[in-house]
Amino acid sequence: MRIGVVTFPGSNSDVDALNALAVAGVEPVSLWHESPDLQGVAGVILPGGFAYGDYLRAGVIARFSPVMRGVADFAAKGGHVLGICNGFQVLAESRLVPGALLRNRSLRFASKIVAIKPERLDSPFTHRSTGEPLHIPIAHGEGCYYADDATLDDIERNGQVLWRYVRPDGTPALDPDDPANPNGSLRAIAGVCNKAGNVAGLMPHPERMSESILGSDDGMQLIRSFVESAKAWEAAR
Amino acid sequence: MSEPTTNPPAPTQPEPLHRQLGVTDQELDVIRQKLGRDPNHTELAVFSVMWSEHCSYKSSRPLLKTLPTRGHGMMAGPGDNAGVVRIGDGLAVAFKIESHNHPSAVEPYQGAATGVGGILRDIFTMGARPIAVLDALRFGDPTDPRTRHLVDGIVRGVGGYGNCVGVPTVGGELVFDPSYQGNPLVNVMAIGLLEERMLILAEAPGPGNYVVLFGSTTGRDGIGGASVLASATFADSDPNKRPTVQVGDPFAEKLLIEASLELIDRRLVEGIQDLGAGGISCASSESADKAGTGILLDLDAIPRREPGMAPWEVMISESQERMLATCRPENYPAVREVCERWGIPIALVGRVTTDGDIAIVEGGIGIDGLPNPGAKEIARIPAKALTSEAIVHYRLATPPARRRQAPAPGIPLTAQDGLPERGMDPAAVLAALLGSPNLSSRRWVYEQYDACVQSNTVEWPGHGAAVLRVKGTKKALVATTDGNQSVSALDPYLGAQLSVAEATRNVSITGARPIGLTNCLNYGNPERPEAFWQLQEAVRGMGDACRTLGIPVTGGNVSLYNEYPGGAISPTPEIGIVGLLEDVSLLVRPPFTTEGDSVVLVGSSAPGLAGSAYAELAGLASEDSPPSLDLDREAALQSFIREAIGRGLVASAQDVSGGGLAVALAECAMWGGLGAHLRLGISGSPAIELFGESPSRVVLSCRPRHAPAIELLARQFGLPAVTLGTVGGERLRIELTGQGATGAAEERGSRVADALDVAIVDLRHAWDHGLARALGVEPSAAESNPDPHAPDRPAPAPETPATPNAPGGAPAPGGADGATGRAG
Repeated sequence: MRIGVVTFPGSNSDVDALNALAVAGVEPVSLWHESPDLQGVAGVILPGGFAYGDYLRAGVIARFSPVMRGVADFAAKGGHVLGICNGFQVLAESRLVPGALLRNRSLRFASKIVAIKPERLDSPFTHRSTGEPLHIPIAHGEGCYYADDATLDDIERNGQVLWRYVRPDGTPALDPDDPANPNGSLRAIAGVCNKAGNVAGLMPHPERMSESILGSDDGMQLIRSFVESAKAWEAAR
Repeated sequence: MSEPTTNPPAPTQPEPLHRQLGVTDQELDVIRQKLGRDPNHTELAVFSVMWSEHCSYKSSRPLLKTLPTRGHGMMAGPGDNAGVVRIGDGLAVAFKIESHNHPSAVEPYQGAATGVGGILRDIFTMGARPIAVLDALRFGDPTDPRTRHLVDGIVRGVGGYGNCVGVPTVGGELVFDPSYQGNPLVNVMAIGLLEERMLILAEAPGPGNYVVLFGSTTGRDGIGGASVLASATFADSDPNKRPTVQVGDPFAEKLLIEASLELIDRRLVEGIQDLGAGGISCASSESADKAGTGILLDLDAIPRREPGMAPWEVMISESQERMLATCRPENYPAVREVCERWGIPIALVGRVTTDGDIAIVEGGIGIDGLPNPGAKEIARIPAKALTSEAIVHYRLATPPARRRQAPAPGIPLTAQDGLPERGMDPAAVLAALLGSPNLSSRRWVYEQYDACVQSNTVEWPGHGAAVLRVKGTKKALVATTDGNQSVSALDPYLGAQLSVAEATRNVSITGARPIGLTNCLNYGNPERPEAFWQLQEAVRGMGDACRTLGIPVTGGNVSLYNEYPGGAISPTPEIGIVGLLEDVSLLVRPPFTTEGDSVVLVGSSAPGLAGSAYAELAGLASEDSPPSLDLDREAALQSFIREAIGRGLVASAQDVSGGGLAVALAECAMWGGLGAHLRLGISGSPAIELFGESPSRVVLSCRPRHAPAIELLARQFGLPAVTLGTVGGERLRIELTGQGATGAAEERGSRVADALDVAIVDLRHAWDHGLARALGVEPSAAESNPDPHAPDRPAPAPETPATPNAPGGAPAPGGADGATGRAG
């Protein structure tokens, strides 16, 4: 099975996504930003980095790239799309997932291991999760999840909140100033999906905790969930 | 828009042009000899940057020639953009360290950012993909507002560039010392990985070949960076010098990396060189000189950022993110295609010639490779005269009249520590050391750096040397930077030796073998005999250490004129080491891993507290000396620890350095989340035994049944070894025994405690908060989060009680190829 990883100019965590997919035993395919042709892949990852330099605002230029037309069509057909870090920012700017990512509350780039916990275990991106917190890294300057109250209530009701930052005791770090909430995200939201559930984005990097030699392979719970969902979707077509 | 400039800036005082450009009268005479005529304005500007200290190493070259530069597996060394050493499996590692001190003092964000950009270009210019950055930063008083401004800007600059370009910043140093108050140091080391077949040199071979310039356009930024800024002493924050600082664009660099590596991989270019200090003048003359060719440059073809630039401005502009390459004419369309696909401007700017000259014409070059009819030659300089045959100055070196203050009358010559006399509680001293600006956690800094992009980072910043796995192999690279300025200030020869010893030791204690050394020598004005003597002594010390330890110097950088109106910096030999660990599953780290393990100290302490963190904290008699270093013993120690780790005898290892044995033990305990109960024999002074920084010592932990084997092995290497006690509990307790401890102290009427006894949570608190407190910043939020590796990380399998981790179906992290110490 083949999963695509988009490379925008300025993507830099594409290598991490390609590596994690190889660990998961699927064939990774590099997709170039200038072509809307997704080459028949079963799923797409929008990786981390600084697409087009993140000039103006993170993800805002990438939204208009040819490949995003292909990604939007793919998502509309029910294909699975995972946006990680900058990829999440691109999805949010493209309105493929709700909300926006603001500058970190600290106004500084933040790089460290955080704990996130899946909200539900029946989504295409979490069904292989144990339900316990995943310890995976963040590396971003603009990761503070924001949406207005009505939208937040709406996505909570629809089950679109997939991961929250959690404290050492496993409870959500709801206070934006909680040390376990690394960027001040509202309601401790680390990742969300669209209403249909086939497009998801998160700020932390599961693909960088893919092998025990790197500290842990916690992130593979998420990557494997995504890969299996893509596989099932492809088989059903 | 500014007025078009046709000449170098107007003098504030009527001074000859060459002096305004930093060229001395004597140097002008030599230029006249080399050209056989007077140089014109453009030529003089080119000479001024190429003969600057920064580009020509005119003061340091005679010294650097004495360094040992041959080593096993070396593919490129001093004189190339970066050292390259084979690591097996058809792979090689490229690495180098470089300074960006003065630009960072003037414009901290851009100065530091372009420092990262510049060193990364040195790496991928060799055909290597950059995989890691380490930043060694030095500042004055952390409580001073200007220092805080510099720290903030420089840290943001390093992060801003490295994070965007996608190279993890995995290590480095942060040191505060009053001598850096007006002249901070920003030394950046970069490491790259390449297949051996990718190696390419910065040369312009093949007369008739095309010379192409790709990357950003050429503007007025960074004009005179090498000559005006880097090669003269300066007054701090001189606003007139701000335009000499370059402006970085990491996004452009990221594209440049990808395009350059593709060009090299597809063998579309014959030689490639980045444009750094000295801009196109430097890149073209070095490339031509190395290949024994010349280059004819078409000035009009160089893409400009702004109109109205004078020829000399174009020639010495240090605009960032540019590359100069040589390609066969038939490959040019493919070269263009690659650059255009990555959205990078490219221009055909010249031809390789046979005459050995850098010739610059206005009016274009024809298809035959000759200047168009009517084209005007505006400069012609032999490439050699700018590079390999550039001027050399043999500077005067004079030791200072008095190297040490004479002892006051009646004061004994032997070192006296303040600890017993002052009735200090050693635990309080330890907590103070751990919380001091130089020894506390650097988390506030490194959490602003992406540390794990590229999925190679085995060891995150904060706990000693950086460790990066080499994908597709069992190998790992281990890297560190270390520089000892406090001993160097007292004895530059010893300081340089200690710097090499500590940097290599930090690599060896992971089990890795150091394979090469890169260095950044930060010194004062070489025209001052005392400053030049410091440099000379440091090079001698570094060379002696490298020869004894068997490590080649693979390259480096010299930064002189680190002075400001308040004085000169302490001499600072910043040493970067890369080591090779053949099997990453054998990696050993500093934290204690397992309750019940034995703690063994290998090596012995020597008297002398001068230059130590303890001396800085407690005050010290000025006649004291730094501890001596025996290089043969250091070599034996490092061989011993690698051997012990290779045999699987060692669970954790930490070297004794800043803050001494007590700090080393505290770090093992804090980072591992495990205390220890130890007994330490005190023969002379508790301060020296606990906090002295005499080199060539490691403290390790091992299974109790392995302790005798380790002690035996140490003796075979001629090293003393003593089992201090056992890992366990939540406190670090060191009982002081022997004649130097309780009894002697009591006889002297001292109230010194007979034990150091403190909860590790208290040590951790001091260590965690020290830096943030010193800098007056918000303490990092992450302190309540578990360390990614340390306490909750699974310990090695066989003799360890099961650690609850990753419940449920997920495979437990760690396991067979986990990076924690071996069970043996």
